[in-house]
Amino acid sequence: MNCLWCMEDRNNNLGWSDFFILNKQNGFCESCLSGLQQLSGKRCSLCSRMTEFEQCSDCEWWRNQFKSDPLEYNYSVFQYNSFIQEIIAKWKYRGDYVLGEVFRPYVYAAFIEKFTTQKKNLIAVPIPLSEERITERGFNQAEMLAGFLPIRQELLLQRVDGEKQSKKSRKDRITTKNPFSLEKMVKNPVLLVDDIYTTGTTLRHAARLLIESGCPEVYALTLIRG
Amino acid sequence: MQQNIMENFSELATVLDGKLLRIEEIPFKSTMIELLLSKKLLDTKPAITKTLLTTTCKRCGNKDNRYFAEIPCKKCSRTHLYCRKCIEMGRVMECESLYYWIGPPAIWPTHQNPSSWEGTLTTAQEKAANRIKTAIINQEKEILVWAVCGAGKTEMLFPGISKALERGMRVCLATPRADVVRELKPRLLQAFEGVSIQALYGGNEDKGKDAQFVIATTHQLLRYQSAFDVMIVDEVDAFPFHADPSLPFAQKRAAKQNGTTIYLTATPRQNLKKAINRKKLPHVFVPVRYHGHPLPIPTLKMCYSLQKDLAASRAPSRFLPWLLKRTNPERQLLIFVPTIDLVNRLKTPLLDLFIAHRLINNETELDAVHASDEKREEKVMAFRQKKLKVILTTTILERGVTFPSVDVAIFHAGHDVFDEAALVQIAGRAGRNANDPNGEVVFFHDGKTEAMLEAIYQIKQMNKRGGF
Ligand SMILES: [Zn+2]
Ligand SMILES: [Zn+2]
Ligand SMILES: [Zn+2]
Repeated sequence: MNCLWCMEDRNNNLGWSDFFILNKQNGFCESCLSGLQQLSGKRCSLCSRMTEFEQCSDCEWWRNQFKSDPLEYNYSVFQYNSFIQEIIAKWKYRGDYVLGEVFRPYVYAAFIEKFTTQKKNLIAVPIPLSEERITERGFNQAEMLAGFLPIRQELLLQRVDGEKQSKKSRKDRITTKNPFSLEKMVKNPVLLVDDIYTTGTTLRHAARLLIESGCPEVYALTLIRG
Repeated sequence: MQQNIMENFSELATVLDGKLLRIEEIPFKSTMIELLLSKKLLDTKPAITKTLLTTTCKRCGNKDNRYFAEIPCKKCSRTHLYCRKCIEMGRVMECESLYYWIGPPAIWPTHQNPSSWEGTLTTAQEKAANRIKTAIINQEKEILVWAVCGAGKTEMLFPGISKALERGMRVCLATPRADVVRELKPRLLQAFEGVSIQALYGGNEDKGKDAQFVIATTHQLLRYQSAFDVMIVDEVDAFPFHADPSLPFAQKRAAKQNGTTIYLTATPRQNLKKAINRKKLPHVFVPVRYHGHPLPIPTLKMCYSLQKDLAASRAPSRFLPWLLKRTNPERQLLIFVPTIDLVNRLKTPLLDLFIAHRLINNETELDAVHASDEKREEKVMAFRQKKLKVILTTTILERGVTFPSVDVAIFHAGHDVFDEAALVQIAGRAGRNANDPNGEVVFFHDGKTEAMLEAIYQIKQMNKRGGF
């Protein structure tokens, strides 16, 4: 069995005591895994960023700017570093689908840790890609991540325009009209799923739309806190 | 517009003939592609094929199941395979096809006097150059040019390349390293002024017109099939060429059926040496450097505390005494270490050492470089321009790059990364210039290895064959 990243044979340095590790299909070797940095210690209760305070400065800014926050909170798994950036680039942009498998146990564990106590009827809603990106890549990374969760996934959201959000300034992004549309109403609480939480704007656009159409609560689970 | 293009087959042929492309790589609109397919100018084949026992990627030749993975594809709404082996060149999937030209072949110009090179060849170079030229004229299948580091192999190719261009042949020079492509491009543009030349390497593909003379990294050859009359493969022994089976596969496919392949190496590996000995591979040997001086022979310096010194981020104990007694302190210095970690850890201690002994005047004269260093090109350039006096590096600078006047030191020459070929190549960095043909090469080690002894034997052997 080879490491999905460096392609070295993972069996090489393993004794019998490590046998159970091999059952974990589609993994990285220990050395590659050690390049992933999980978020730890004190974190912002709203956005998962590592901070000494209960809420980070970003989230405070949000609170002051807009009185109500459509998003209950976001929970992320990994810190942004150059290694995970490389993995994401190959997975998402090169389209190396199977690489995403390495995140499965982490995403699952984060869900168990943070969301199982929520109402039983929580449904996972991945942040969609534009049609153009979908044909380019052949898959949506957020859908893959949502598929790792032990709850129902529904593709409720759609992109309205394909214009690149990342080209706009933060202020622009927050004030521009909602890039999503909703397929149908939801009465269940929703867990939004995406790969990266950067400013939280994208997730909040989606959350607002859901809340306005009657969804009781919206949470977010993201792979990386950018 | 479309009609015009259709009438001008020859222009289309120069773009598409000899290529094997994913649909996204074809520089035409989909309506045009449809038209070409319906006119039987373009054909397709499945990108990935399966038989009972084997799956094959038709782009890179991969048959290793570990390099195939499944994807639930949104394009065709099925779950199927894609190839991970060649994914850096754009992903190919089971539901996709590869496109190739089946119209009239491309016609490349015949040149009267293609070479604008004004230099002259040494006797040794000329002998090899003539042999290469003959191989091209007679359309011999393949020939190996075994030329020592600093023999001037690029110039030896010029007469053969000229002959090919005179005959309207298409030529490719492929090398494993993008650095080398970048370095060769201006030299070849100068040597063949009237000829269309294109340089292809990862991320920086020369988007210009398809050229008669292509300089490319070996990976780029994955996009070609039956394209080149003359295929020159530089550094056949180098990583990743010898380690990755898809590269020789791509190189063989990119050459035309009756084309000539010329392999270049300074340090052939066992398989090529065997082929030579069994007379299965014609070869020409160039044991002399272009300046006529012998290759510098490495000196071994045993350092008992080597591991301890390196662990403590110190240069080996015998490094400083050697450094202070170099025969020509004006020379620049290349220091090779086995790992990126050591490059990072040794930089500051070495800076302190060099400054303390006034071997450099300020911190900007020493720098460190490794494979994933974003400023790699800049640093190599700074060393070439002598802004840097000392460069600390991994094996990435072992070959391909030429500096006129350097001494070379290896810390921990007994490490696995320094195999025989690497050591010969590293030693070959010294004494490259006619004005200073005698650089020093020192292996700091804590126990002789087979590779070290074999490398020194090989260098001495070549000097002997060169008449020294
Ligand atoms: Zn926060
Ligand atoms: Zn492939
Ligand atoms: Zn498909």
